[in-house]
Amino acid sequence: MFQALKNFYHKLGSFPWFYKISGKVIPIVGFFSILLIVISSIWGLFFSPTDAVQGDVYRIIYFHVPAVSVSQVIYYSMSVAAAVFLIWRMKMAGVYIKSLAPIGAAFTFIGLLSGAIWGQPTWGTWWVWDARLTSTLVLFLFYLAIIGMQSTFASRKSADTAVSIITLVGVVNLPIVKKSVDWWNTLHQPASISISGESSISSEMLIPLLLSILGVYLFVFFTGLLFMRAEISSREQNKEWFKKLSSNN
Amino acid sequence: MKQHRLKRLYGVLFIVFCSALAFVLVYFAIRDNVNLFYSPSDLFESPPQGRNAIRAGGLVEIGSLRRSTDSLEIEFIITDLKKSIAVNYTGILPDLFKENAGVVATGYFDKNKMSLDAYQILAKHDENYVPKEVKKALEK
Repeated sequence: MFQALKNFYHKLGSFPWFYKISGKVIPIVGFFSILLIVISSIWGLFFSPTDAVQGDVYRIIYFHVPAVSVSQVIYYSMSVAAAVFLIWRMKMAGVYIKSLAPIGAAFTFIGLLSGAIWGQPTWGTWWVWDARLTSTLVLFLFYLAIIGMQSTFASRKSADTAVSIITLVGVVNLPIVKKSVDWWNTLHQPASISISGESSISSEMLIPLLLSILGVYLFVFFTGLLFMRAEISSREQNKEWFKKLSSNN
Repeated sequence: MKQHRLKRLYGVLFIVFCSALAFVLVYFAIRDNVNLFYSPSDLFESPPQGRNAIRAGGLVEIGSLRRSTDSLEIEFIITDLKKSIAVNYTGILPDLFKENAGVVATGYFDKNKMSLDAYQILAKHDENYVPKEVKKALEK
């Protein structure tokens, strides 16, 4: 079992293997992610019940929650990749960070924007400097720093190293984003979905929400693979295996 | 794990530790300002000094809302179920503002009257989402 896992880990570091496998996986994941996003959007916008307090404006939850949730998960995964890159010097980890950072930044931005659009009619303001909103903005700025840093180095290896360090520096912010609403007085309410306890959102509203979260996660998987393939093609274009591959097609 | 990799692992842990330390130090420097608002109990315990605007938050006390008949002026009481302070405000309220719901008011605090002269009212909603029909049925 351990040996099989170890083999998988080594294969994961191989560009030709990843290039071959991802090509097969991408259409399947892409199809299901779009399907789930379409289903959950229609369900959430038209068929899930109206909220007793907020009315129909709460339906923005079906975009806001998946976006902010995935933006945090992407960052966590990027910091694991950063540690892998720094310790094992696995090139694939550098490819992963570079490819996922713009996706994470995009979803953090969607989260901030949809939150502002939601806040205006309900709270009465687009933005307030409370701990949750501010720490999410810090997360967005870390993503921008990671993206910006990519192009400031002549060599690919030093860029990947520097970017990994910045990624690890920012990971401390993530527990703050998550726990800010419990630790301090904020305008943002605490979490509605709980994995260990009972969720404070009724099940008729929760099911389409979980579907939309799953759909967005799959979408990130899909776009992540696409971006990684593009990055691998640009880094390996002069390598023998890649030339062979392109001459075959 | 090989020796040189173990060394790099310590490096990684050191980066995370330093960054965590930096965040903690920043937090200690700004800890009095991390909370968005004071609860009425906080205001009784240590009333803010000076004439700077502050935020007070809590629930709008049931039955405390008074509206003026000829202007947008309103008065209500913010409570945390232990202490309460009076608030007056002139202007338009957010949709979710109502009695027994969360509110955050920004304005100038009067220590002598324990009241807040607010210039901004924000509604704070809770984490509960219940369908309209279910809530109606429960109230019957």
